[in-house]
Amino acid sequence: MAHAPQTEMIHGLMAEFDNPTDLVEAANRARLAGYKAMDAYTPFPIEELDDALGLKKNPLPLIVLLGGIFGGGGGYYLEYWTQVVTWPMNIGGRPFHSWPHFIPVTFECTVLGASLAAFVGMLALNGLPKPYHPVFNVQAFARASRDRFFLCIESTDPKFDRYATESFLKDLHPLGVSEVAA
Amino acid sequence: MAAPQQPLQAPPETGSMTAAHRELLARTPDVIAPGHTFGSVTDKISGIVLTHRTPIGWFLGFAIAFMFLTILNLTIVKLLFTGIGIWGNNIPVGWAFDIINFVWWIGIGHAGTLISAILLLFRQQWRTSINRFAEAMTLFAVACAAMFPLLHTGRPWVAAYWLFPYPNTMQLWPQFRSPLIWDVFAVSTYFTVSLLFWFTGLIPDLATLRDSAQSKFAQRIFGVLALGWRGSARHWQRYETIYLLLAGLSTPLVLSVHTVVSFDFAVSEIPGWHATFFPPYFVAGAIYSGFAMVMTLAIPMRAAFKLEDLITMRHIHNMTKIMLATGMIVAYAYVNEVFYAWYSGNLFEQFMMTNRQTGPYGPFYWMLIAINACMIQLFWFRSVRDNVVLLFILSLLVNVGMWLERFVIIVVSLHRDFLPSSWGMYAPTKWDFGMFTGTIGLFLSLFFLFVRLLPAISIFEVRTLVPEARVKGGSTTEHLL
Repeated sequence: MAHAPQTEMIHGLMAEFDNPTDLVEAANRARLAGYKAMDAYTPFPIEELDDALGLKKNPLPLIVLLGGIFGGGGGYYLEYWTQVVTWPMNIGGRPFHSWPHFIPVTFECTVLGASLAAFVGMLALNGLPKPYHPVFNVQAFARASRDRFFLCIESTDPKFDRYATESFLKDLHPLGVSEVAA
Repeated sequence: MAAPQQPLQAPPETGSMTAAHRELLARTPDVIAPGHTFGSVTDKISGIVLTHRTPIGWFLGFAIAFMFLTILNLTIVKLLFTGIGIWGNNIPVGWAFDIINFVWWIGIGHAGTLISAILLLFRQQWRTSINRFAEAMTLFAVACAAMFPLLHTGRPWVAAYWLFPYPNTMQLWPQFRSPLIWDVFAVSTYFTVSLLFWFTGLIPDLATLRDSAQSKFAQRIFGVLALGWRGSARHWQRYETIYLLLAGLSTPLVLSVHTVVSFDFAVSEIPGWHATFFPPYFVAGAIYSGFAMVMTLAIPMRAAFKLEDLITMRHIHNMTKIMLATGMIVAYAYVNEVFYAWYSGNLFEQFMMTNRQTGPYGPFYWMLIAINACMIQLFWFRSVRDNVVLLFILSLLVNVGMWLERFVIIVVSLHRDFLPSSWGMYAPTKWDFGMFTGTIGLFLSLFFLFVRLLPAISIFEVRTLVPEARVKGGSTTEHLL
């Protein structure tokens, strides 16, 4: 490990801002300064942070598509198997495989499968539920769900240095910089 | 439908606007009152939940609602011990209050999904402060609706095997060619997806409550429910993706639900039910009645909790306009029904329409026409849209009118069977009313609890309406290089 011993004791350094414009500017500067292992914490979604932090596109649309295909296919298969294979019944002389009747349930199952995939996929990729996270150790962080905006540079970043990074963050004119206990 | 969208701040370039435009813009209220900050909207909304003092009006309202909920419990116990013979429906009127109330409740739910999903896709900013409680309304309405089909089987625990496809010891399966089974799938999917959408929207707000709650107990409860949400930018990115995808999935879903409900009727051969225009007619009616219920709940709520600066007159105006538009579609469908009956050349269809207008239940038909086709024309007037007390009364009347519509469609079509020897009349019993008023009690009890225990307005979305939420200069980094 290339880190100095004391940097392994902490999760990272966190700068606090009181508006999204300053946070996005700070994130941009940090990325241009070469920091990679960092995250921002905000009380509402800020689109500009995706570029500022260099976030990649997420695979959720694909997961949702697969969930939909699985749900719809499963729904149709359930109908086909019950109505044609295992329990065929003559309903008003209709063919056993009367597919137009199978469309509504297939549709509903498609939506159900896709929605469940969306919800579970989001939680899984976000690693939630996760009751404990080091960022909660910072006193000021309670306001991340209210009116403050945080940028955290993590100690796993190869460029991280307890003192150089702190002075870098202080140059971004934050309200304050705090150490995040691991 | 809604007022043209406009930027919140910085009114558009005045050069290209006419004086009439400017005047119209000046008269259009904002979606959020000026002067709010991230902190003030947070405190305002979470304060309703976190305060230790419960308004006396809340106890009063909840007590009344809970009384009716008790009536529901009594009725269900009586029903399960005695059977559905305690209700007034009997051949030829095999469907009555059970199905009327099912369709009425499920229709009411539709406005919540329309507000949360369809208006999100259309980027209607004004949805933001009303979507949360409208979604809650959807959930509670669908829960009320689902009780009727379940309980009208008499013994729901026996009905399970022909409603749900599960491998049972009799090796029997549901009959998937029946619209009633489509209903089971449509309603249960609708409830599940609405719940996911609602809970997804709640997660960041639950984190806010966790962080600002004072008591250990509240911190624990909200902490567990918030799932450890910490507002990370990576999380928000995925969150926004699925929020949009869930909205996109809910949109066709909500249209499909009332379409399937209308299939319960349209697929049959009963005069007055067997019509191809039923799906759009039912969907429009559902949204119309749902918005009436949103208004019925929003008007007292904004007054009781002083939320006028978040649920502004802009919201009230826009909802009234949607009611007017969808109400006109419903009125058009009423005209179509008369035309179909005449143009079909079918004796039974024509008799059905004459009987509907002049038969024993004729006054109900004219009442629904008076409300759903005539009364709503008042919504054209700005003075009416500005008068919240009047709008509250009119919304209640719309709820009545839409209930009457379902009564007329269901009971009036059935009570004159094809053969005059099988004609009959229908009158509800006290147990019918017990179920109906009981579900209203359940609905209101749940709503009272919801308003007190969870944020009734989406806090994180309202924060995005605050002027400072916009990142100045966008995401350009050129000035940094």
